[in-house]
Amino acid sequence: MSSTAEAHGHGGGQHAHGHDHAQGDHGHHDQGWFMKYFWSTDHKIICFQYLFTGMFMAVIGGFAVYVFRMQLAFPGMPVPGWGRVTASDYNALITTHGSVMIFWVAMPVLIAALGNYLIPLMIGCDDMVFPRLNRLSYQIFLVSVVILILSFLVQGGAFGGAWTAYPPLSAKSAFNLTPMGSTLWITAVALEFVAFLLGGINFVTTLMNSRAPGMKMFDVPMVVWMIIIASILFMASVGPLVAGAVMLIFDQQIGTAFFDPAKGGDPILWQHLFWFFGHPEVYVVLLPAMGITAEVITVHGRKKLFAYRTVLYTAIATGIISFFVWAHHQFIAGIDPRMANIFTVTTLIISIPVAEMVFVYIATLYGASIRLTTPMLWALGFIGEFLMGGVTGIFLGASGADIYFHDTYFVLAHFHYTFFPIAFIATFAAITHWFPKMFGRMMNEAWGKVHFWVTTISFNMIFIPLFLLGARGDHRRIYDPTHFPELMRAGMQDLRVLATVSLLILISVQVVFVANFIYSIFWGPKADKNPWRANSLEWHAPSPPPHGNFPEGLPNVYRGPYEYAHPDRGEDDHWPQHEPPPEGAKA
Amino acid sequence: MSFPRPVATMREATGMPTGRLAVWWVIASEIVIFGGILGSYIMHRLGHPEWAHQSIHTNTWIGAFNTFVLLTSSLCAVLAHQEAEKKNGPGAARYLMFTTLGGLTFLIVKSIEWTNEIKHGYTITSNTFWSFYYTAAGLHGLHVLAGMVIMLIVAADARKGKELQRVENIGIYWHFVDVVWIFLFPLLYIAK
Amino acid sequence: MSADAHAHPSYVKIWGILLALLVVSVLGPLLEIRVITLITAFGIAVVKAYIVVRYFMHINLEKKYVAYMVGSMIVLMVLMVGAVTPDVMHHDGANWYNQAAADEVKRGMAAGEKDEHH
Ligand code: HEM
Ligand SMILES: [Cu+2]
Repeated sequence: MSSTAEAHGHGGGQHAHGHDHAQGDHGHHDQGWFMKYFWSTDHKIICFQYLFTGMFMAVIGGFAVYVFRMQLAFPGMPVPGWGRVTASDYNALITTHGSVMIFWVAMPVLIAALGNYLIPLMIGCDDMVFPRLNRLSYQIFLVSVVILILSFLVQGGAFGGAWTAYPPLSAKSAFNLTPMGSTLWITAVALEFVAFLLGGINFVTTLMNSRAPGMKMFDVPMVVWMIIIASILFMASVGPLVAGAVMLIFDQQIGTAFFDPAKGGDPILWQHLFWFFGHPEVYVVLLPAMGITAEVITVHGRKKLFAYRTVLYTAIATGIISFFVWAHHQFIAGIDPRMANIFTVTTLIISIPVAEMVFVYIATLYGASIRLTTPMLWALGFIGEFLMGGVTGIFLGASGADIYFHDTYFVLAHFHYTFFPIAFIATFAAITHWFPKMFGRMMNEAWGKVHFWVTTISFNMIFIPLFLLGARGDHRRIYDPTHFPELMRAGMQDLRVLATVSLLILISVQVVFVANFIYSIFWGPKADKNPWRANSLEWHAPSPPPHGNFPEGLPNVYRGPYEYAHPDRGEDDHWPQHEPPPEGAKA
Repeated sequence: MSFPRPVATMREATGMPTGRLAVWWVIASEIVIFGGILGSYIMHRLGHPEWAHQSIHTNTWIGAFNTFVLLTSSLCAVLAHQEAEKKNGPGAARYLMFTTLGGLTFLIVKSIEWTNEIKHGYTITSNTFWSFYYTAAGLHGLHVLAGMVIMLIVAADARKGKELQRVENIGIYWHFVDVVWIFLFPLLYIAK
Repeated sequence: MSADAHAHPSYVKIWGILLALLVVSVLGPLLEIRVITLITAFGIAVVKAYIVVRYFMHINLEKKYVAYMVGSMIVLMVLMVGAVTPDVMHHDGANWYNQAAADEVKRGMAAGEKDEHH
């Protein structure tokens, strides 16, 4: 049944495609705006839905951090645009910031938007295998967004128990004072999980079944692999937390006591269920960022990816180990000390594959003819900045050191040195790299570089002070440090002000990006099909790809995606995956 | 609604139909959901010997009857698959209806059982054992309900001889729901 | 696909075996011997699940990786429970003690025994 529709050859693809295109076109013309942009099953439109929703949520998350950082730098002063920050405002804002940035920015942009855009294009087919499931996935995601935003309006306000939602604080409204907000929050998170489960199943089956003829396992671009591995990690780790979310909702609303030890429950259980998901989750977002970096440094460095298989196997190993390190978040939560020893060891072990990936990228850059385009700058920035995050993670992984560092700004700085490079730096690499494909126009390079340098420098200027504060014992969940003389020792408030001022710079400079982005969509110079002279299949489609992606027929694949500066190619330093080998040469 | 089928939906690079592949992935992701709640239950159960005084009140006979119902409905599901393989759409649809009927019986018995227990004061909040009892079985019941709805849709198509491959897919899912119950039964009923 | 059809054993026979196992798993615990209860309840559950997965879901006819995929999820859950058990199942350990849980056990035991005397 399969091979009749899809003869394994160029012509076959063309035939099948022509047929499909006619149908697609038919649908296209009598679609209204709503059908085209909201009800569409086209993977590219769904990418844009996720992308723009993610960007919108980034504004909300960014606004939240602006307000509470102002409170920390200038405690008690009214914040422009918000007013005086009360303690419960503060809690709601940090919770919103954390959960929005992870669940509603990093996940939808890195996994859902990029996965949707890149997987079908890069493996040479015309859509996902379940287009309607894909649409449903976004719609569920949208509902979760609406619920989250509504939670600000209900009585008691939005949930303030931090993104980790530890009970008893999260379970009892007598403690958190947000009887509705906390349930809406956990419901929104659970719906978001459902959306990504549907999306993940779709991604995985698409890669498995819909690759272009000729595309073998090691011909798949690294970013696709990484998104797939991330989706599987997500799928395997989120289950217990889905069950936990149901239990937490019951604790909140019905009065069960799953997490209440006085009635036979256990709050530590929630921490385990949460971090059994929470730690793999950090690799769920890390791996796509690593994949983006692999694409960008090879295309803009004109060099083959060093040790493709090593990267792939390392990513799989990282994924597997990431399931067995979660309790490093609970070293001082009262877990069994023998377990703490085991988890210290596994945590130190996982830094090996992570470091290995970084080394492979450095080896790829060695001897490459690097072009410092904006995407390349972002990718290089990612490698450098993430390194800081990874190295400080090792400090925290040693349970002895973590007794001191836990819940200080040192932890906060650690995970921002991992998350910010992932969710923003690598994402900017991806957006600037694939922008010509997505919108058919080029972004402005000069403004792109301004944006890069100011963002990166101000990012460091936020979090280096926070490392220093954390090393001096500054606790990360304090609303007003002036109440604690030990947190107001000489110089500590100055560091807080420095971090906040740098944050203001960081936020302001995003205007440059937004302006460049919007301007370039409409008025940027037109991009041709393959402006970076890259190999992978998406660059074989027109920019932007029409409905059905490849009007000249679905491509066949003859080689891996990283054949740059191949000796047989002479002057031409790239060798597209879809280009048949020359007559007479062996394939 | 006519829906233009992209070529992607018709490819089969692994040699396994996409629908069936996806069902297995769904099952994989469901295993960890049920694993989470059952694992939590087992740990608590072993740490709380006093729950034996609560679990004594669950009704093993009703549980056993429901196991029988689900096993039989699974038989119907697999017979439906057999008919579908013979390209006998109406036959497959008929067996699927029997399966759905099994699901319905299961849910009715369940609701009678729960009403009875709640009347005797064993509610979801009376003790954490009962919280797990209702939550785990409720989560499972939702899966039964979802399976029934999908089964009716598949049966409606199958009757017209359309999309017969879906008969097997929904069957695999249904058997999985059955397997979950096979473990819930000893955990909630037999272990007194 | 249809070539497999001939390989199927009689489904009704398998259903019969499953029902027989069900009867044993219900009757076993009536002997009130702990080991037998455990074996008949959980051992038989595993056997029943295996039969359903093998003969109804036909996992053996699928590609190998399907079994690995499903199996690794189960292994993952076992490992998770293994690592969480020391904290959640036990109520004390090296240098720690879960007073609330221990109290709850005591209270529940006392209440349960009182119930039985009624
Ligand atoms: C080499 C790899 C890494 C190691 C060894 C490591 C280690 C750790 C440890 C031990 C902690 C717990 C500190 C504490 O709470 O006391 C921690 C916290 C954290 N790490 Fe990492 N980490 C690594 C990579 C990452 C990556 C890649 C990310 C994100 C993508 C990340 C995100 C986080 C987050 C979000 C937290 C804190 C969560 C919270 O308490 O709210 N880490 N890390
Ligand atoms: Cu971690």
